[in-house]
Amino acid sequence: MQLDQLYQEIILDHYKRPHGRGLRDADDPGDQVAEAHHVNPTCGDEVTVRVATDGTVLHDISYDGMGCSISQASASVLHELLRGRGAGEAFEVHEAFVELMSGRGQVTPDEDVLGDGVAFAGVARYPARVKCALLPWMAFKDAAARAGVGVSPEVKA
Amino acid sequence: MTSIAIPSGMPQYDDVPRFDVARVRADFPILGRDINGHPLVYLDSANTSHKPRQVLDVLDEHYARHNANVSRSVHTLGTEATEAYEGARAKIAAFINAPSTDEVVFTKNSTEAINIVAYAFSNASLRPDADPRFRLGPGDEVVISEMEHHSNIVPWQLLCERTGATLRWFPVTDQGRLDESGLEDLVTERTKIVSLVHMSNILGTVNATSRITARVREVGALLLLDCSQSVPHLPIDVVDLDADYIVFTGHKMCGPTGIGVLWGRGELLAAMPPVFGGGSMIETVTMARSTFAAPPARFEAGTPPIAEAVALGAAVDYLTGIGMQAIQWHEKELTAYALEALGSVPDLRIFGPTVPVGRGGTISFALGDVHPHDVGQVLDSLGVQVRVGHHCAKPVCSRFGVPAMTRASFYLYTTTEEIDALVAGLEQVRKVFD
Repeated sequence: MQLDQLYQEIILDHYKRPHGRGLRDADDPGDQVAEAHHVNPTCGDEVTVRVATDGTVLHDISYDGMGCSISQASASVLHELLRGRGAGEAFEVHEAFVELMSGRGQVTPDEDVLGDGVAFAGVARYPARVKCALLPWMAFKDAAARAGVGVSPEVKA
Repeated sequence: MTSIAIPSGMPQYDDVPRFDVARVRADFPILGRDINGHPLVYLDSANTSHKPRQVLDVLDEHYARHNANVSRSVHTLGTEATEAYEGARAKIAAFINAPSTDEVVFTKNSTEAINIVAYAFSNASLRPDADPRFRLGPGDEVVISEMEHHSNIVPWQLLCERTGATLRWFPVTDQGRLDESGLEDLVTERTKIVSLVHMSNILGTVNATSRITARVREVGALLLLDCSQSVPHLPIDVVDLDADYIVFTGHKMCGPTGIGVLWGRGELLAAMPPVFGGGSMIETVTMARSTFAAPPARFEAGTPPIAEAVALGAAVDYLTGIGMQAIQWHEKELTAYALEALGSVPDLRIFGPTVPVGRGGTISFALGDVHPHDVGQVLDSLGVQVRVGHHCAKPVCSRFGVPAMTRASFYLYTTTEEIDALVAGLEQVRKVFD
């Protein structure tokens, strides 16, 4: 088992220097803002993801949390990938990420869609860590739904 | 360790019973495994222990030669199975010095054992004619501690919700010891039961219970000790402990999963109402009502885990053969070695007692701000198996201000070389996350 498959430089980078961390209020007072707090009961990792949207574009995705490098880096990548995107497009990325993580290492990720998210391909080989990577993405899905934008299909990690 | 000269005529260090760890390791087939290209270094025995060949053989032999249901057959196999099952009960009773074999109730695990006591209280609380020692209502109190495993918290929270009683708890000191300073205020005439962990599954602390026992007796309450972590590692004598109930689980003491023990003072078990109803626990049944068997059968409804009980008897034989005092001493030496070795790792913070006194061979720690999941993952890549997370003791994590901890725990087959492998692995963790 190659540890550097799991802890790719990109993941460690996002973990040590997270992008867009911290919960923020909406810039545009007309935006719907909602958040979701998810916990991984097996390890105690926690993340809160907040979505600000006008119903079409996800103006901001902010987050805060505590947990392992995988869950925290995943939140940073989520922010980077989906912030400022149209809702429909964001959910395509969401779906691709979930598919990658549910693929037991058999799915080849598309870098054009997933950007830095491709670094998580190795995590999919570690069943115990898939939940860590998915934690912020599941919280995002709930937060977006609460803010009134559509959701991608149910996933069982 | 520094040794101090002990005057002659006193017991010397060399008088301590010892055993050959290499020979013990040869009894455990799993210890020969490789993990991720490295020899297995198993430091997770507080989670579950491994099983020696002697126990695996008995499990196999039971199904291959003596399989039958217990306590209900006149045929030969039924008699053999019943003798084996009841024989295991007698071995376990002797192992903990129970005054009577009938005081040993087989359960699924410690969690079920605690729940049986809690639900017996609950059932008694609904019946005005029940023994008042088990009846709870508003104004009554149950006392636990901040050091408990979830299995010794949640059943009491639920009991208090059902009965209107109040749950209170002992705090934990910064050193990871039970804070007994408020004992007199905490355990009072309102207290019906005090349920405490004997050895913490996360801090390793072994609680000195005599002051608490004395107070419990003074106010007329009952005392349950969760001995899940102590029975596998220390000589336990229920008479000496002077508890009312103890619980423990087979899989942490070289036995199989699915078998645990509730020990209770005979007179108390006899006064307790049943919890699970069904076969084996009755005296007679009519369509309108039933009367119940005496303990332990009263608390063992349905077909029990027969092979598991028999194999737990074999585990007790195995541990007794090596000697619980020798096992305790082996782990004490390992703990002293590990505390010193871990103390040399930069940025490492130990939660719980940092001296090998009043503690067992279970050490939880943080390595800088590296998350325990990441610590565990890097260690696993080197074959080192530790537990990471909240260890089913979230209040302990909260008490020390962390969401999770990394835990190394030892047993009779653990070696100092394995502790060295842990320390070397932690260096590797620091490199990855530096």
